[in-house]
Amino acid sequence: MKPFERVVAEHGATVLRVCRAVLGPVDAEDAWSETFLSALKAYPRLDEGANVEAWLVTIAHRKAIDVTRVRARAPIAVPDVAGLTHEPSRDGLPERGVEQRDDDLWRALAALPPKQRQAVAYHHVAGLPYQEVAAILGGTTEAARRAASDGMATLRRTYPPAGPSAARAPSARASKGSAS
Amino acid sequence: MNDTSFDDVAFLATLGTTPDSQATLSRLHDRLAAGAASSGLLDVAYRTLDTPVGTLLLAATDQGVVRIAFDVEGHDAVLDRIARTVSPRVLRAPGRLDRLATEIDEYFAGERRAFDLPLDLTMASGPFRREVLTHLRDIGYGRTESYAQVAAAAGSPRAVRAVGTACAKNPLPLVVPCHRVVRSDGTSGSYAGGAEAKRLLLALERAA
Repeated sequence: MKPFERVVAEHGATVLRVCRAVLGPVDAEDAWSETFLSALKAYPRLDEGANVEAWLVTIAHRKAIDVTRVRARAPIAVPDVAGLTHEPSRDGLPERGVEQRDDDLWRALAALPPKQRQAVAYHHVAGLPYQEVAAILGGTTEAARRAASDGMATLRRTYPPAGPSAARAPSARASKGSAS
Repeated sequence: MNDTSFDDVAFLATLGTTPDSQATLSRLHDRLAAGAASSGLLDVAYRTLDTPVGTLLLAATDQGVVRIAFDVEGHDAVLDRIARTVSPRVLRAPGRLDRLATEIDEYFAGERRAFDLPLDLTMASGPFRREVLTHLRDIGYGRTESYAQVAAAAGSPRAVRAVGTACAKNPLPLVVPCHRVVRSDGTSGSYAGGAEAKRLLLALERAA
């Protein structure tokens, strides 16, 4: 069993991307912290042959739900991502500038139904196969595939949003074939 | 089957490539280490320290210093072994090693002659090796003993080779001063940190 430090080094960035995709940039940090602390606790009992990334994403999925509940937001509610860049810093550090591009992407992700957002995060961001995604979300592999596919179809329409920045290669995405 | 096109990955990947992502991960790592320590989950904390004998790996459990390793031993390999023999709950967390790092700095500056930190001998296997390590701690600063003398002191005068092995596998070099054990002919002999490092330590202690 390798040192937990290496698990953090190898999977920390992916788990952060997944948490950001599911929760947005601010709550993502709490979910990341809860995920790795919980994983550290359970780590010595993890099966040697386990898929560590799938295991971490499964924990992150539960922690994301917890974080959402703690914030007393209905899981289906669309977070006010647009307001994030103007939210005062909560940790005393200077306000972190969030790029407009990420802001747009988060807004587009936040507008998806939770199942679709989760399926997109776990399959397209974390790279888990649909079978693993289905195990995390509950339901069939086919349902997970459909949720991710529907989510991606919506994202292709809503991101980048209409406006001057929409000139960024929308044709490449539009020309893509059927998602499944 | 994976229907993730390069295109999809490219635009979703921006979630993790904001300029502050590395800084964020580093901040989150430190928060994790602090949370692990306060929840009693930091079984092994480690850090590195630059010294005249190269970069040292320092590791400690909540019982005490558990491992000091030289560059030449391969820090990754050493961490792997710690994960297998002590606990896989290993995190880079310098706080627990601050005092040891200070003492080692003082030692190399010629300002410290003994280390007075609790030690964790978990990685010293077998009663004989532990006996040898216990005796080594009695060899004072600037003094040396031969492998044969240490064997006799450990109660097994014929076990000279075994003393050599115990020194070579000392999990806590510097602090448990195996560098003070030399050949009967007066030459310094081999060392886990390399013969050159051993000569440097002996010269340092002679000069002070």
